Amino acid sequence: MITFLTIFMLAVFVGFEVITKVPPTLHTPLMSGSNAISGIALVGAILVSGAADPNTATWIGLGAVIFATINVVGGFLVTHRMLDMFKKKD
Amino acid sequence: MTRVDIIQIAYLVASILFIMGLKGLTRPKTAVRGNQLGALGMLVAIAATLAYQEVLDYKVIAGGIAIGTVIGVLLATRVQMTKMPELVAMFNGLGGGASALVAAAEFYKHSGNPDLVIEFTTATVASVLIGGVTFTGSLVAFGKLNGSLRDLRLPKHHIYNMVVGLAVLGLGAWFCAVPETSGAFWAVAGISLFFGIMLTVPIGGGDMPVVIALLNSMSGLAATATGFVVGNTVLIIAGSLVGASGLILTAIMCKAMDRKIFDVLFGEFAPTGGGPDADEIYAGKIKATSGDELAMVMESCRSVMIVPGYGMAVAQAQHAVRDLSNLLESRGVDVSFGIHPVAGRMPGHMNVLLAEADIDYDKLLDLDQSNSAIQQTDVAIVIGANDVVNPMAREPSGPISGMPIINVDQATTVVVIKRSLSPGYAKIPNPLFAANNTLMFFGDAKKAMQELTAAIKDL
Repeated sequence: MITFLTIFMLAVFVGFEVITKVPPTLHTPLMSGSNAISGIALVGAILVSGAADPNTATWIGLGAVIFATINVVGGFLVTHRMLDMFKKKD
Repeated sequence: MTRVDIIQIAYLVASILFIMGLKGLTRPKTAVRGNQLGALGMLVAIAATLAYQEVLDYKVIAGGIAIGTVIGVLLATRVQMTKMPELVAMFNGLGGGASALVAAAEFYKHSGNPDLVIEFTTATVASVLIGGVTFTGSLVAFGKLNGSLRDLRLPKHHIYNMVVGLAVLGLGAWFCAVPETSGAFWAVAGISLFFGIMLTVPIGGGDMPVVIALLNSMSGLAATATGFVVGNTVLIIAGSLVGASGLILTAIMCKAMDRKIFDVLFGEFAPTGGGPDADEIYAGKIKATSGDELAMVMESCRSVMIVPGYGMAVAQAQHAVRDLSNLLESRGVDVSFGIHPVAGRMPGHMNVLLAEADIDYDKLLDLDQSNSAIQQTDVAIVIGANDVVNPMAREPSGPISGMPIINVDQATTVVVIKRSLSPGYAKIPNPLFAANNTLMFFGDAKKAMQELTAAIKDL
């Protein structure tokens, strides 16, 4: 538990340090790209829906898998689409 | 090395990729690479997770991933750029919802067990609370952005919110103290969903960028809490990174409006009592103009700054704006764009639209750059923006006092393209419209742009 808390606090600080200055142009892509990363819940969703004999928890997990996959796939793709427009003029 | 060790190392690699990806996303040159690194990190994390021994049956997982991929691809490739705020809101909600569902499923497996440790119960409550609020809050935000939901503020709304908030915390504490009371857990889940609605129904319009950024942060924090529930480091790390990045954006948005996050969530703009009313300010001072007249005004101008707002997005006028900008440039006029950080309905909204219309981002000036260039600007064209150019913000007191604005009134001539004199989100009149150097061009932003472009071509 203490290990997890340590990891959590350090990761928050890394996050603040890494994203210090964001130009306004990248506000939306940063948001949608980081949002796709928050679809990491997919990892948890896989863990709860992989039971050998499907039960209620599996079905709740299936909902989580679908939600998180939409989030991950859609998030990275739409971010890429946006960034593509930004560099078109170069 | 055991299988679990290898999985943990893969998670470490994924976490590093996420950090590098986010870093890349903060610079225009490295942004595409950054996004790809993030996606690669996700792939590594998912592949590693599938290798876990506890994952025995792949049918449900494969089905879920297939359905999610199809929906995700369709949404991401079909959505119009003007609908980006809605899409981002929806993805935030799905991320939060997924985290809450994982926590709920994990709890269901242990439901009724009196020996659940406090670490587990606290994390589960945190996960369904944050995830649940993010889910319904984002759905409400989505509904507001696409116009199907209106702002709704009950009398004493913030008191109700505090009651609901305390109720959910109380139930959560009860469940942590007596883990076999499953009912308390499910009540927390239900009330969290309700709380998300209550928090977001009164907020709308100009405060939307703050709300979206905050929900973005919360979708990350929900994943972190879920990481504690299932004891998974990559969830904790990735979630915390997103939480931090969302909080940074939230802070930028709040600063750009001179609002505190607490006021956005629980308060409202101070009542306008005592201030001049609209009739007093506007009476007899509004000068309406037309495309032809404007073309003549602009015939000899050397520099133009275009200041877009939400009205440009609504009218989908970004391509018409680009046409005008290109025409002016071909006539030797220096064209720039003044972008207020909270113009539109999400952080960076205007930048995305202008990029879609192929406008070079070097021409986009931020708040400070705009204000230092505005005094040398011949014509400032305000397109569907209101509060972010309202000079009342410079007054010592008033509802938007202290909010940084683009001082378009310092340009030689100001043209405001707007459908009517109706107030913006702050619900106050805008003395800019009645200023001596302001011309009002009433109409839809796109049509107005096209009329003006045609008139300049005819010169």
